Amino acid sequence: MSITQDRVTTVIGKRLLRREDPALLTGEAKFTNDLAIPGALHLALLRSPYAHARIKSVDVADAKAMPGVVAVYTGKDLHSTWAAPMPCAWPVTPDMKNPAHYPLALDKVCYVGDGVAAVVATSDAAARDALDAIDVVYEPLPAVTDLEEALNDKTVIHDALGTNKSYTWNLKVESSEGAVDAAFKNAAFSVKERYVQQRLLPMAMEPRAVAAVPQPFGGDITLYSATQVPHILKVMTAITCGIPEHQVRVVAPAVGGGFGSKLNVYAEELLCVALARKHGAPVRWVEERTENAQATIHGRGQIQHVELAADKDGRLTAVRIRLIGDMGAYLQLVTPGVPLLGAFLYAGVYDLPQAYDFSCTSVFTTMTPTDAYRGAGRPEATYAIEVAMDALARKMKIDPYELRKRNYIKREQYFDKDGKQVGYTAFHGLNYDSGDHLAAAEKAMKHADYQGVRKKQATQNVPGARKRLGIGMTSYFEMCGLAPSRVLASLNYGAGGWESATVRVLPTSKVQVVTGTSPHGQGHETSWAMIAAEKLGISPDDVDVLHSDTAIAPLGLDTYGSRSLAVGGVAIAGACDKVIDKARKIAAHQLECAAEDLDFANGVFSVKGSPDKAVPIAAIAFAAFTAHNLPDGVEPNLEAQYTHDPKNFSWPFGTHICVVEVETETGKVDVLKYVAVDDCGKQINPLIVEGQVHGGVVQGLAQALFEEAVYDKDGNLKTSNLAEYLVPAACDVPPITTDFTVTPSPTNELGVKGIGEAGTIGAAPTVMNAVIDALSGLGITALDMPASPQNVWKAINNARGGKK
Amino acid sequence: MIPVPFEYKRAGSAEEAISLIGQYGDDAKFLAGGHSLVPLMKLRLAQPTVLVDIGRVKDLSYVKEAGDHIAIGALTRHMDVEKSPVLKQHVPLLAHAASHVGDSQVRHRGTIGGSIAHADPASDLPATTLALGATYVVQGPKGKREIAAKDFFKGFLESALAADEMLVEIKVPKMKGAGWSFQKFNRRAQDWAIVGVAAWRNNGSSGVALVNMGSTPVLASSVSKALSGGASIEDAAARAADDADPQSDLNASVEYRQHLARVLVRRALEAASK
Repeated sequence: MSITQDRVTTVIGKRLLRREDPALLTGEAKFTNDLAIPGALHLALLRSPYAHARIKSVDVADAKAMPGVVAVYTGKDLHSTWAAPMPCAWPVTPDMKNPAHYPLALDKVCYVGDGVAAVVATSDAAARDALDAIDVVYEPLPAVTDLEEALNDKTVIHDALGTNKSYTWNLKVESSEGAVDAAFKNAAFSVKERYVQQRLLPMAMEPRAVAAVPQPFGGDITLYSATQVPHILKVMTAITCGIPEHQVRVVAPAVGGGFGSKLNVYAEELLCVALARKHGAPVRWVEERTENAQATIHGRGQIQHVELAADKDGRLTAVRIRLIGDMGAYLQLVTPGVPLLGAFLYAGVYDLPQAYDFSCTSVFTTMTPTDAYRGAGRPEATYAIEVAMDALARKMKIDPYELRKRNYIKREQYFDKDGKQVGYTAFHGLNYDSGDHLAAAEKAMKHADYQGVRKKQATQNVPGARKRLGIGMTSYFEMCGLAPSRVLASLNYGAGGWESATVRVLPTSKVQVVTGTSPHGQGHETSWAMIAAEKLGISPDDVDVLHSDTAIAPLGLDTYGSRSLAVGGVAIAGACDKVIDKARKIAAHQLECAAEDLDFANGVFSVKGSPDKAVPIAAIAFAAFTAHNLPDGVEPNLEAQYTHDPKNFSWPFGTHICVVEVETETGKVDVLKYVAVDDCGKQINPLIVEGQVHGGVVQGLAQALFEEAVYDKDGNLKTSNLAEYLVPAACDVPPITTDFTVTPSPTNELGVKGIGEAGTIGAAPTVMNAVIDALSGLGITALDMPASPQNVWKAINNARGGKK
Repeated sequence: MIPVPFEYKRAGSAEEAISLIGQYGDDAKFLAGGHSLVPLMKLRLAQPTVLVDIGRVKDLSYVKEAGDHIAIGALTRHMDVEKSPVLKQHVPLLAHAASHVGDSQVRHRGTIGGSIAHADPASDLPATTLALGATYVVQGPKGKREIAAKDFFKGFLESALAADEMLVEIKVPKMKGAGWSFQKFNRRAQDWAIVGVAAWRNNGSSGVALVNMGSTPVLASSVSKALSGGASIEDAAARAADDADPQSDLNASVEYRQHLARVLVRRALEAASK
């Protein structure tokens, strides 16, 4: 047997390089489309060129006759194949309208990109060529691309529903009835703002890809998919395709980013499974970039009406929110729930009394379905409160930082009178686990030289200045670590929020960690090995992390919502504790002492007071394997499974600050400096944390300055490739100063919170506040995203009364 | 992502390439670096049935001093234009403009001849060579002829090249110490210009051309005329959009493009006058 000699005393907190990277950087990692699958047939989809049309006829005869074509199917051909429509797991209200949605359209298409026919051929090229030979006669209907117009029901998209409205969801919290109205009536200051959260395209670098491989006998099927959610996909595939769940295995090979867009159950996944079964052969599909823009879910898509009431000192006394949510053409997996994920965050990090009135009405449009996109509801909420706070500060003529300081929940409010950290119970009843908002803000202020920039601004922003300086900030809260199962139940979500882990110490003392999380860029293999190594007192090099295959890791709820560490990582720690408990019993037996008399440190059990009477966990593992001499009632092998259902969400927070210069002649915004001070509690691997902040900030900054899914009035997506949809590259974004405060979460053993979405949540309002700050001297107090050169130039022109 | 089926022919010489293209007629296209044509084919916006690959034609990749001008082989990659010591010395505006084409990968594959023959008004090098008063040498079945840059661009992606002709050389006059500037206004570094300006000034003469300000690269003659008439930079730049007929797109309305052209021409002339 082998025992690792160089035991590591503290692994957590080290900046270990990601073990995932060598394979990714050398191109050796195998993504779904890299898998060699002999005999596979290729699927291609004919997609609607119309946003809204009736399908009069589909003629597939010519396509069927083309070389290499095996079969061509319409929606009607396959209709009897489906045991259920495509799933929406989040019926947010009992009366929510949800149109039946099948992998291929039946009578009507409802967005450009809606699937109309499927070609199965012997090569991808043959399948693609055959699409051009399918003749579809459409009867075009009016497109619905404006959310407010959609609510009129002038053109109803889903006939059977009779309306475009899907649901209205309310959250009203008042200390006494009428508290919100009274607060607005008595407010010394109030603001009323309208913001538009433009639609965004998630644009994961790897587009979606699927391969369904049937087993020759018995009906088992393996579904390979570029997905974030193999476990959810397994259940939903079973339900939708009518296959016993134990016969479905889902594998997510290397997955190149998701950002929420691969947190779904897609038509192409179900089509590959159904057609593989039909043809008795593997069927595979890979998405083109334009399909990715049109047929993978979009993010954001909200109109926000935001009202803040404040007393004479600027302390918030009430918040009123009215949202219109853009569902797109259909409800995908969690489409209707996205605005609700923000509903608890529209007061941000501020000490709001019980005077809160939130209502969201969501509508169908003839555009691609929306769903979760990095932050999912929480960036939208943070944007609304943080941009509105700047508007309030302008109205009060006080510094926006001063206004925030007057409203921050104070550090001491997280502790009871005996000094115990009990969290802060907010107006809506949720408990914020821990926080020190002022400390994070002060640190960010220092990095940004806030007062220095303000001084420079006073001399630079003179009338006629060609470059105006602006500084903006955001103090955010993120509700993540999705989620306590009971809270999900209260929101009517169709599943729990737990996560599972198995820790297995092999006979030779190497360790397998099996996790239900499904990484697609987050570095779980590195971080999870660090957690197990820390707990077991071994080297992370001796820990392998298994994931993303439902045959290997059968229990799990996957990766999204900054949940993996705060739920899945904590589950690993819990499984390690169980392993250590069992090992302790065996060690006590070997050392002939009571289990309570043993210390466990650095991977070694030793008798308290007699450190030379000791046995390493590696030796225990071997003893557990041989089972020659185990205490009575102890099963052989050293392995434990643990499922963690979090007690609370985790609540990362922080302050971001951005300094910009705006060219008044051209409207171009240059980001001079970006400071992110985040607090995600204890950090497992600070290198990975910084990487998450960098990527997140760039994604939020992209919403502020670059990205927008643009539809024309006929419902055509005008930004369906990477030349038109402006994802910024490294050279288009500023250097990012990252720093941290560490306020451990008291709700889990590791003291951790999530960090995957924080950067995105903080960045868009930070950048927009800076841009508006730069222009406020010109009379500009509001600006829609993205603050593109043309949009900024137009705003400057309008502020000048149209004169150039 | 998957183009329509096409035949692939590889030419070993300019003569062979011209003979092949003559043989297949209008449905054939030359393939050089492929960085303009191939994306269009993948989107099925271009559907040539035959590609004549000239990428391995020898002797068409060079930068040579030739008396009062520099001769550049049509297959010279953007990166070689950018790094050429001869161009840096004699035509620094062109070397600099080449450094703004796409990204590094594009510049290692794309060729100056391909870019000019593609005649995209949003590309950097057609307008830059137009500002510099370049002459393009084209070769057909009957031999070579020369076309002045100002006579070459006929419409959107249309040039004076006959179907059986191939661009083989670009002749660019030496700048003789002229002041110059290349202004590229875009939202991301790798993008086409929303508006671009290539400009030079030397004693009384000047050349100003605009990127993405119409269906072809645009020579801003009104600006040069105003300058030679003694106008101030400010006044001359105010004429920047006079010769242009820009289109509106996602990034810029017609009005914004015209405004940008005036601002960028002013900046370019200020820089070129230092």
